[in-house]
Amino acid sequence: MANFKDNEVRTCDTTGLPVCLNAQFFIKLNAVCAVVFLLIGALAAIGLALTRWPAVHLLPADWFYRVLTLHGLNMLIFWILFFEIAILYFCGTTLLNSRLASKKVAWVSWLLMIIGAVSVDVAIFQGNSDVLMTSYVPLKGSPLFYGGIILVAVGTLVGVFNYFGCIYIAKRDKTYEGSVPLVVFGATAAAIIAVGTLLHGAVVMLPTFAWSMGWIETVDPGWYRLIWWALGHSSQQVNVCAMVAVWYLIAYLAVGGKPLNETVCRTAFVFYILFINIASAHHLLVDPGVGTEWKIWNTGYAMYLAVLASMIHGFTVPAAIESAQRGRGYTAGLFTWLAKCPWKNPAFAASFMSMGIFGFIGGITGVTLGTQQINIIAHNTLRIPGHFHATVVGGTTLAFMGLAYYVVPLIFQREYPLKPLARIQPYIFAVGIVFMSLTMSFAGSYGVPRRHWDVEFTGSALGHSFDPGATLMLAGVGVGGTLAFLGLLLFILLTVWAVFLGKSNAGSPMEHWTPPLPPVADEDMEHKTPGAFALVILLLVCFAVYYFANWKALADVWWVR
Amino acid sequence: MSITPPKDGWFEAPTGFERTWVGLALVWCLLMFLAMPYWHFKGKQNSTGEAYTVTPEAFLERTNRFVETNKTGEKIGGFDVVEPAPGTDIYLAARMWSFHPAVLKLKKDSSYRLHMSSIDLNHGFSLQPMNMNFQIVPGYDHVLTLTPTVAGEYTVLCNEFCGIGHHMMTSRIIVE
Repeated sequence: MANFKDNEVRTCDTTGLPVCLNAQFFIKLNAVCAVVFLLIGALAAIGLALTRWPAVHLLPADWFYRVLTLHGLNMLIFWILFFEIAILYFCGTTLLNSRLASKKVAWVSWLLMIIGAVSVDVAIFQGNSDVLMTSYVPLKGSPLFYGGIILVAVGTLVGVFNYFGCIYIAKRDKTYEGSVPLVVFGATAAAIIAVGTLLHGAVVMLPTFAWSMGWIETVDPGWYRLIWWALGHSSQQVNVCAMVAVWYLIAYLAVGGKPLNETVCRTAFVFYILFINIASAHHLLVDPGVGTEWKIWNTGYAMYLAVLASMIHGFTVPAAIESAQRGRGYTAGLFTWLAKCPWKNPAFAASFMSMGIFGFIGGITGVTLGTQQINIIAHNTLRIPGHFHATVVGGTTLAFMGLAYYVVPLIFQREYPLKPLARIQPYIFAVGIVFMSLTMSFAGSYGVPRRHWDVEFTGSALGHSFDPGATLMLAGVGVGGTLAFLGLLLFILLTVWAVFLGKSNAGSPMEHWTPPLPPVADEDMEHKTPGAFALVILLLVCFAVYYFANWKALADVWWVR
Repeated sequence: MSITPPKDGWFEAPTGFERTWVGLALVWCLLMFLAMPYWHFKGKQNSTGEAYTVTPEAFLERTNRFVETNKTGEKIGGFDVVEPAPGTDIYLAARMWSFHPAVLKLKKDSSYRLHMSSIDLNHGFSLQPMNMNFQIVPGYDHVLTLTPTVAGEYTVLCNEFCGIGHHMMTSRIIVE
C-alpha cells in the first residue's frame, strides 16, 4: 500500500509510476544545481585543455593551477554529489511506491551542500587556495576552502540519511513486497559507501581545517594522504555504483532489459561495499612508509574482488539488453540484437557508450596502473588522468547525461527542443572524451606529468625535453578536450532550454525518443546471450594484452627495491 | 525486473554464459593478484616503501654533508657535480623549486641507497625518459635501493604539484 498524503503525489503519464511531489521538487532542485556546477567545471576544463596543448598554452601558471583546483572540485565532487542526491530521492520514493521521508531534512541537506560548494568556489577565486583537489598538506588553503568541503560532506550525509529514512518508512508501511528492486539495491550500495567515504572526509578535513585556522601546529603529510584517499577514491566508487544502477535503469527504460540473474547482480554490488574502501591504497603504491604486504593485500585481494564486481556488471547489463532484444525477434547471428538497439535514443546511446568507455578504457587502465609494481611507471604521470577521465567522465558523467534525457521529460515534465541535436550530443561528447583519454595516456607513457603547467620547463636551470611524440599527444589532449567541451556545452544548453522553456508534457506521455520497439514476445522467457559473452571475451583479451605489455615495459626500467 | 521487486525465488546460482563469465573473471582476478607477490620475489622493480622519520633540518644537514664529501669540483650548468662511490648512501633533498644536489653522477650497474625527503611540501621523483616515479613526502626519509642499468643522461622532474614554480623543478642524473 502506498503511503502518500493527498495532493502530494501524481501518477506518471508515461510509466504509470507514482511520483511523490516533495521528492520531485528536491530531485529538480538538486539536479539543477548539479548542472550549474557541471557548467563551472566545463568552463574550467576548456581552459586546462587549451593550456596543456603546448602550441596554445592559454593560461598563465597561477590561473592554470587555480582553474585546475576549480575543475576537480566542481566536476568530481559537486556535479556528481548533487546529481547523486537527486538519484537517491528518486530511487527511495518512486521505485519503492513511497513518499519522501522528510522535506525539512531535504532542505537542510541542500542548504549545507550549496553553502559549502559556493564557499569552496569563492575561496578558490580569492586566490589563496590554489591547492588542487587533493590539497595535500602542508600545502595550505584558506579555512573557507576546508570549511566548505566539510559542509558539502555533512550536507551529503544528511541527504543520504534522508534516503535511508525513505527506505525505512517504505518498509514500515509495506509499500512494496519482498526485496527492493535492483536499481534501489544499487543506489543503497552507493549510499552505504558514501557514508564510509564522507566519514573519512570528516576525519581528515576537521584537523586540516583546525590547522588552517592556526589552532594546531601540524597535520602529518603521510597520514593525510592515507586518510584523504579513503575519501578521494571511495567517493569514486559511489559514482561507479550509482552509474551501474543507472545502466540497469536505462536498459529497462529504453529496451525493457531485465537482469538474467538478480543474485549475481546484487552480489556484485555487495562486493563494492566490502572491498572498495581498502582499495584506496593503490594511490600510495610508491609512497614511503607503507610496506609491500600492505600494498599487495589492499590493492590486490580486495581491489580485485571489486574489479570482479565491475566485470560482472559489464556482462549482466548487455546480457539483459540482448535477452530483451532477442525476445523481439532479433535473433540472427551474434550482434543483430545490438545493431537493432535504439541508437537514436540519446539515453540509450549514452548509457551503452558509458559501459564501453568505462570497461575498455577506464577499467583496463585502472586495474593495470593500480598494480603494485606497475604503478612505478605510471604514478603522477598523465596516464592517471587518462584513466579516470574514462571512468568518471566517459563512464559516470555520460551515464548521468543519458539519465537526464529521461529525467527532464518524466520529472520536470518538459520536452527537449531540437531533438536531432540531442540525439548526436552523446556521440560528440563520447568521441571527444575517448580521444582525450587515450592521448593523455600516451603522453603519460612518454613521462609527461599530470598537474603540470609547462612541459617546456620555462625558467628551469637544467631543463628537459620530452620526445616529440609527447608534444603531439598533448595537442591531441587539446583537440579531444575541446570536442568533449562542445559536447558538454550542447548538453547543458539543451537541458537548460528544456527545463526552463521546453514544451510541457504534463497530462500526456512523454514524446518517446524513438518509434516504439516491437513488443517482447514472452516477458518471462530468458534468451541465451552469446553476443554479450563475445563482448566480454573481447574485453578480457584487450585487458590481458594491455596488462602484460605493462609488465614488459616495467621489466625494462632500472632495478629498484 | 530492475525497477520492481524481484519475484520470489530470485536467489539462485547463475547458469550458462553468465556462470562461465563469472568463473573466467574470477580466475583472471586471482591471476592478477598472484602476479604481484610473484614479481616481489622474482622481479627487479619493486616499491617497498622503506622509510624512516626525519625532520627537514636533519635531512638537509645530511644532504649538505653528502654533497660536500662527494663533489668532484666539476660543474654542469653552474651546479656542482656530485659523484658518490658505488654502493653508498646518496641523498636527494626536494624543496620549492629545486632538487639538492642538482647533478648526480652514478656508475652503471652499481647499486645505491637513495634517500629522498622534502624540506617543505610533497614533491615527486620522476626519472625521465626512463619514466620511474616515486613520492617524496616531508617528514619521511624514503629509501630506494636503485641500480641504474642503462647509461645516459637523465632528468629528474617534480611530478607532484608544489606551487607556482612546480614546472621549474628539474635535476640531472648522469649514468656512466
